[in-house]
Amino acid sequence: MKKTIFVLGLAVAFPLVMNALDQAFYIGFGARVLIYAMAAASLNLVLGYGGMVSFGHAAFFGAGAYVTGILAVEGLRSAWIAWPAAVAVAAAAALVIGALSLRTRGVYFIMITLAFAQMMYYVFVSLKAYGGDDGLSLPGRSTLGFGLELGDELTWYYVVLVLLAAVLYLLHRIVHSRFGRVIEAIRENETRAAATGYPVYGYKLACFVISGAIAGLAGALIANQSSYVGPGLLHWVQSGTLMIMVILGGVGRFWGAPIGAAVLLTLEETLSGSEALGQYALHWQLPVGVVLLVIVLYAPQGIAGLIAGRRRA
Amino acid sequence: MLELRGLTKRFGGLLAVDQVDLAVKDGEIHALIGPNGAGKTTIIAQVSGSLDADAGEILFRGRDLTRLPQHARVKAGLARSFQITSIFRRFSVLDNLALAVQARSGSSLSFWRPVAGEKALFDEARAIADEVGLSRRLDLVAGNLAHGEQRALEVGLALATRPKLVLLDEPMAGMGPEESQRIIALIERIRARVTVLLVEHDMDAVFRLAERISVLVSGRVIASGAPQEIRANAEVRRAYLGDELAAG
Repeated sequence: MKKTIFVLGLAVAFPLVMNALDQAFYIGFGARVLIYAMAAASLNLVLGYGGMVSFGHAAFFGAGAYVTGILAVEGLRSAWIAWPAAVAVAAAAALVIGALSLRTRGVYFIMITLAFAQMMYYVFVSLKAYGGDDGLSLPGRSTLGFGLELGDELTWYYVVLVLLAAVLYLLHRIVHSRFGRVIEAIRENETRAAATGYPVYGYKLACFVISGAIAGLAGALIANQSSYVGPGLLHWVQSGTLMIMVILGGVGRFWGAPIGAAVLLTLEETLSGSEALGQYALHWQLPVGVVLLVIVLYAPQGIAGLIAGRRRA
Repeated sequence: MLELRGLTKRFGGLLAVDQVDLAVKDGEIHALIGPNGAGKTTIIAQVSGSLDADAGEILFRGRDLTRLPQHARVKAGLARSFQITSIFRRFSVLDNLALAVQARSGSSLSFWRPVAGEKALFDEARAIADEVGLSRRLDLVAGNLAHGEQRALEVGLALATRPKLVLLDEPMAGMGPEESQRIIALIERIRARVTVLLVEHDMDAVFRLAERISVLVSGRVIASGAPQEIRANAEVRRAYLGDELAAG
């Protein structure tokens, strides 16, 4: 509880501090971190809690983004319609992809989720009506009503924060519910879970769909963030980025995804724009790779695990 | 309670289970014995539903289970333990048992209410822990239990689903004599309320516990009857028991 209040306080204060420091530019960066935290948290549900190594999560993220983008271009900009639509389409995609992929296990599951995501990537690359390779520029951010202008960076940041908090609360309830226990039991020992009387496939599929739906919401937000959607959002590199966030932060740790998203994006932001690095700034991924390597080797529970370990000691 | 009719399983060219007929009566402890590779575990897997039957029928309390998925069979009152310990190693003993209790009490498609607040689940889990002798190990992570305790938890997980019939696949595998005694005592305690199909290599235990014994050799039941009949059966002695037991 203390931890939650601390993190929430930090997130609420961030844009105010940036404004005070005359660094308003970073408010947009903060919103991006929050959105990626949501996407990574959705992946952590299947990967960390469910033990399903989905290497195609960008498909749901990108599907949510494209639904929002296409609706906006067609003149439908209400968040109350576009965002639920994004969630619904992403959930439907997760239902279809999950129903087929979950018949496989291990490396095959990784490969088939990757293959599905790449298929969707190529669908959007060839979708000339909506920008194809070049992607799609949105006329502006979604409209929310209530006198809230999402084009305003500060308002936008707080709307995203409220949604992320709601999603994290939902995930917290889920992982501590009966359903969440079953999901973790299946990760621990699928054979025994089945012998204990759980229809394993159905539980995994339900988990996969919930995760896909949340990734879809994150996608709707990322489309708004930069008022642009491109097929890059569905590329496998995007799936990899989400996975790196989860691993950095802590697989199956509740705070893993938000921490991982914050750390990875901050590293990217500081290293890739670093003047001290000069021309080497282009290769910002190299030090990130080193950090990832150290985490995987010496802290398999990620940064969240390190923090929890210190507190216990 | 349980009736197998012509149950068959083929793995490629190997006929692992060959038209097995077997009847387990209400309330009895029925032992299934036979040499390694006779097909005992395959039968357990087929009855519990993790392996399909290539031919034959599985009748449980008058109901045909042959095409039913595994979870539906557990709901019908059929549970199994594994020869190779299969527990939730990173869960505590209490959580292991609570999870098994949960499978039979209400829907687990509950996404909102914290399971930790469900007193009834954990009370029942504690009662099972007590029964299998793990009440002092409740908060220990299951993977850290001693081998004998893990075997007890293995049986506990099967019992926690409140079965009518429990399939115990070598519950005493790898146990010392003292630990075996504890499992034998446990089976004695549960026999009043659960029917048991017991696969076991420990012949002392089998002859002490079983009311009836079926002998499986190369996928076929070669004899079925009371312990004295089995002991006296010439074919069984030749195929499996050998002379030392007949003498003893």
